[in-house]
Amino acid sequence: MNLVVLVKQVPETTDVKIDRETNTLIREGVSSIVNPFDMYAVEQALRIRDEHGGKVTCISMGPPQAEAALRETLSLGADEAILLSDKAFAGADTLATSYTLAKAILKLGEFDLVICGKQAIDGDTAQVGPGVAEHLDIPHVTYVSKVEKISDRHIRVRRMTEEGYDVILSSLPALITVVREVGEPRMPSIKGTLRARKAQIATWTAKDIEADEMMLGLSGSPTQVMRIFSPEARPGGEIIEGDSPCEKAMNLLARLKASHSI
Amino acid sequence: MNYFLTEEQEIIKELSAKIADEKIAPRAAEFDETEEFPWELIRILAESDLFAVWVPEEYGGLGGGVFEQCLVVEELSRACAGVAVSYAASALGGFPILMFGTDEQKQRFMPDIASGSKLAAFALTEPDAGSDAGNIRTTAVRDGDYYVLNGTKQWITNGGEADIYTVIATLDPSKGPRGMTAFIVEKGTSGFDFGKKEKKMGIRSSATTELIFNDCRIPVENLLGREGRGFLIAMNTLDKTRPGVAAQAVGIAQGALDKAAEYAATRVQFGKKIGEFQAIEHMLADMATQVEAARSLVYSVAWMIDSGERHITKASAMAKLFASDVAMKVTCDAVQIFGGYGYMRDYPVEKMMRDAKITQIYEGTNQIQRSIIGGAIIKEALRRK
Repeated sequence: MNLVVLVKQVPETTDVKIDRETNTLIREGVSSIVNPFDMYAVEQALRIRDEHGGKVTCISMGPPQAEAALRETLSLGADEAILLSDKAFAGADTLATSYTLAKAILKLGEFDLVICGKQAIDGDTAQVGPGVAEHLDIPHVTYVSKVEKISDRHIRVRRMTEEGYDVILSSLPALITVVREVGEPRMPSIKGTLRARKAQIATWTAKDIEADEMMLGLSGSPTQVMRIFSPEARPGGEIIEGDSPCEKAMNLLARLKASHSI
Repeated sequence: MNYFLTEEQEIIKELSAKIADEKIAPRAAEFDETEEFPWELIRILAESDLFAVWVPEEYGGLGGGVFEQCLVVEELSRACAGVAVSYAASALGGFPILMFGTDEQKQRFMPDIASGSKLAAFALTEPDAGSDAGNIRTTAVRDGDYYVLNGTKQWITNGGEADIYTVIATLDPSKGPRGMTAFIVEKGTSGFDFGKKEKKMGIRSSATTELIFNDCRIPVENLLGREGRGFLIAMNTLDKTRPGVAAQAVGIAQGALDKAAEYAATRVQFGKKIGEFQAIEHMLADMATQVEAARSLVYSVAWMIDSGERHITKASAMAKLFASDVAMKVTCDAVQIFGGYGYMRDYPVEKMMRDAKITQIYEGTNQIQRSIIGGAIIKEALRRK
């Protein structure tokens, strides 16, 4: 089974600082880690490989120093890592990023399953995973909390919802984004760390992945960031009680009238 | 201080520290309370290759030695000495096989010890043979292709949990140390059972049990070394593993120092951080200096052993003696700095103080260490005359 994991290097803080001029993340002076949700993706991929055999390839798009994130995935047991690094990739929004990652996956050749974390802790968009799936024209399932079964042609997963979970069967190849419920990431091993330090990590440029330059980086990014802010916490709702649906409706009507909403 | 570790040693230290901080420390109080054997944590250590660090590559290890083992033990001990001793005791059980086993025995047992899929243990102590190790009463009698073991071992670390036991018995109690012989006994052997599990002051997550031999038949292939060499095997093993106990002491002391320093830097009394009072500041200075001195001695001795130096008994005893006394003092001082909070189980330092005490006692009490060191000094003086 050929498994591809998309990983992102992010600042080691949830308190991300934003440059108000450019509306981009300030990375200086903050140490970097592998996006924690991507660690769950790596763990999920390794578990599938350990059970069914195959190969785990991790791909990251980022500056040359993002290589460190890939080495970390190798120390956990990933088989191969590829860094997508090119000035042409810089300034990419989620559309351009997902295009770039999809081109790299196509260049890899055959793949059965692409696994991503549900979102990155810096951008928090949760858009890149589904975007990659669209570019690859394959099905995707987001917020996967458990891979129940995987065969050569199908995957059955649980998708977390607010009330519980959905069970979804998808054909392969597919893309899933995972949440922490899939399982604690393993610790690296000494042998893995030694191997990771020595490993050659291939760097692919725009040319290598045969990408359309107009769809990369800033030029491929239609997103205009006006302002970045934390949404206000939504107050909890209220359930209108009543013995029958009719009484509930009457109670609701009374409340709406009292508040001069109608 | 910079000890100029090699790249591989740095990796071992960093990984051990990561596991200690992320996996062990959050659960140390829980295991201390329940006295359950921390198998989950032991498995993490195994999967991370930590049991392999001191085992030669030909037996599935990473080719390090006592020094690498000490690095692991020290880091784990910062978080929980109970977990650390369970790890270290496997080396204590494995070293005699590595040092005195036949190639066949090493091929048979070492790969499982290196992978951590099996734990090892070392069984010497008996009710009447503690410091006086030559006084053991567990007997071995040759019967055809077997030795038949009878007797009871006491306070065996990893007892019941380990699969591979290096057991010292005697072929002839009247011969004292010269009758002592070492055997490898596997869990599940008929006539080999486990008795009482001790309730201890500290290192409570570790297992300490009796081993009971009742007409236990051991195949002759499991004789370790030669008949009559058991005492020598035991003493040579302890020479190699005492730096591990010393490293455990350094780790406990470092853990307590870190906690005390954090507390002193934040606790406010009389409108000031208590770390700004000279009384506390000087305590911390002494603690840190003692820990660093102990670490330097332990590392030096471990290096010396790994470099192949043959006369290691005195130095090995010094490392264990000094580091364990430092651990006791530093953990007591850490509790003192925490004041009333330090005495409460909600805070981590009282456990460290309880854990530290055993390092002054096991693998030879510190009084025995002083006798070893003193005896060696006199012998050297006589040789110079």
